[in-house]
Amino acid sequence: MHDNVRARLAKDTIFKGIVCLFAFVSLLPLFLILYYITRNGIAVINWEFLTSLPRPTGETGGGVFNAIVGTLVLIVLSGALSIPCGIAAGVYLAEHQAGKLGNAIRLSVVVLQGTPSIVIGIIAYLWIVGPLKTFSAFSGGIALAVMMLPVIVKTTEETLKLVPYHLKEASLALGVPYYRTMLKVVLPSGMSGILTGILLSVARITGETAPLLFTAFGNQFMNVNIFKPIDSLPYRIFYYAMSPYPEWHSFAWGASFILVVLTLSLNLVARGISAKWKIQY
Amino acid sequence: MENTVLTVKDFSASFGDHQILHDINLTIERNIVAALMGPSGCGKTTLIRCVNRMHELIPGAAVSGEMLLMNEDIYDMQPIILRRKIGMVFQKPNPFPTMSIYENVVAGYKLNGIKLPKSEMDGIVERSLKNAALWGEVKDNLHRKGTFLSGGQQQRLCIARALAMNPEIILFDEPTSALDPKSTAQIEDLFVELKKTVTMLLVTHNIAQAARVSDVTAFIYLGELVEFGPTEKMFTVPKDKRTEEYLTGKFG
Repeated sequence: MHDNVRARLAKDTIFKGIVCLFAFVSLLPLFLILYYITRNGIAVINWEFLTSLPRPTGETGGGVFNAIVGTLVLIVLSGALSIPCGIAAGVYLAEHQAGKLGNAIRLSVVVLQGTPSIVIGIIAYLWIVGPLKTFSAFSGGIALAVMMLPVIVKTTEETLKLVPYHLKEASLALGVPYYRTMLKVVLPSGMSGILTGILLSVARITGETAPLLFTAFGNQFMNVNIFKPIDSLPYRIFYYAMSPYPEWHSFAWGASFILVVLTLSLNLVARGISAKWKIQY
Repeated sequence: MENTVLTVKDFSASFGDHQILHDINLTIERNIVAALMGPSGCGKTTLIRCVNRMHELIPGAAVSGEMLLMNEDIYDMQPIILRRKIGMVFQKPNPFPTMSIYENVVAGYKLNGIKLPKSEMDGIVERSLKNAALWGEVKDNLHRKGTFLSGGQQQRLCIARALAMNPEIILFDEPTSALDPKSTAQIEDLFVELKKTVTMLLVTHNIAQAARVSDVTAFIYLGELVEFGPTEKMFTVPKDKRTEEYLTGKFG
């Protein structure tokens, strides 16, 4: 009897140990990634790297200025396309929780979220790059917008479902038309959640490379014309890393560092917003 | 007839196949508190929601009969116009969480896009908060969020929000059922003050509250208006046996 208890206690200890071990193992990749990227990347980061353009093969130096600008242009473009659509679809879903169209939208959002990004890139290539006969920031923005859409729709829907019904009633009872009730009462009450969703979706697409290969394509030079090919950080990393030159390899680490800092801070800001701006009903 | 604010004639309401109200008839005079009492599920909330047509938010809502506000047919009016003339205070205090106390009071103007000069706005805010007996407590914090107030203060803020629109009538849907006794007493005192300027229709399932604050009482049971008359009379010599049984606590 006594031995039995001891064996059970031993199993208890082993079980706890295994849980701790695996929990630690699952944290390990993130810390290793952050460690390597910081160690290899931070040395390259300086003012010149941030503000100069890539140089041709054979010349030393160069930077990622055009890639940073390109990534920002792509974020603004894809946001401008996906945020209105995504919020509208989220509002529709929150307002029509049953119904055929609602269910159809819900299903397509899930499927879209699971669609490989390279497929979305190819579709954007066929539909936009083909007819326009040029790679462009515009087509890249559309491909990224398609990737942002599901996250925005889902978070908008979930946030608005949490906005109490009695706030909507309070507004309607004052004689406020439905559209103004939605725009001025319901959406502002859910603003922190929606904003968090937008930031997380931006963080998600900032590092996407595959959909940009066939669309924004990449550009050695500075470009802000959305109907011309444009550079982006992930593409620049890919380009530098594939080159045979050690200096360019270190540039790839530097660009990776910028990208990781960017997405990490977007995530942190998103968490801050959802905690700080939380509306107390 | 000039003193009649609300007239209800042979009014029935249903949601889908389920009939809630059967042939209700009553008239409500100006500057009184009218109580609608009855057990849960008797249709009293549905009746006041039919007055400002909020019941139409539920799919399948249908009505028959007539309802007049100041001799105008409620069901011929645009709901958004109608609802500006009828204030409503809900069971749960529901100030807008994104707005300050000040903005909450003038929410009816702000949200409807009605622009007023600042001095006029300030006047409306002060008058409404004074009428809702909240001015003294919040006058130094008008720009704080309304949700920082206590439950009873929030409910008085909602009353101020309704008063700000100068409504013909204010509908109260069990306004004190989520509040503590002290806040309840404050709001009941308020009814007596407000009676001077506005007509009130109060839904309550608290018999004592109906007795304390109302001038006339309607007793609704299973969707029918059992008895309607001066409160004092109904509580002392009820005409209907069901009223008597309800008042003496035999059911409900």
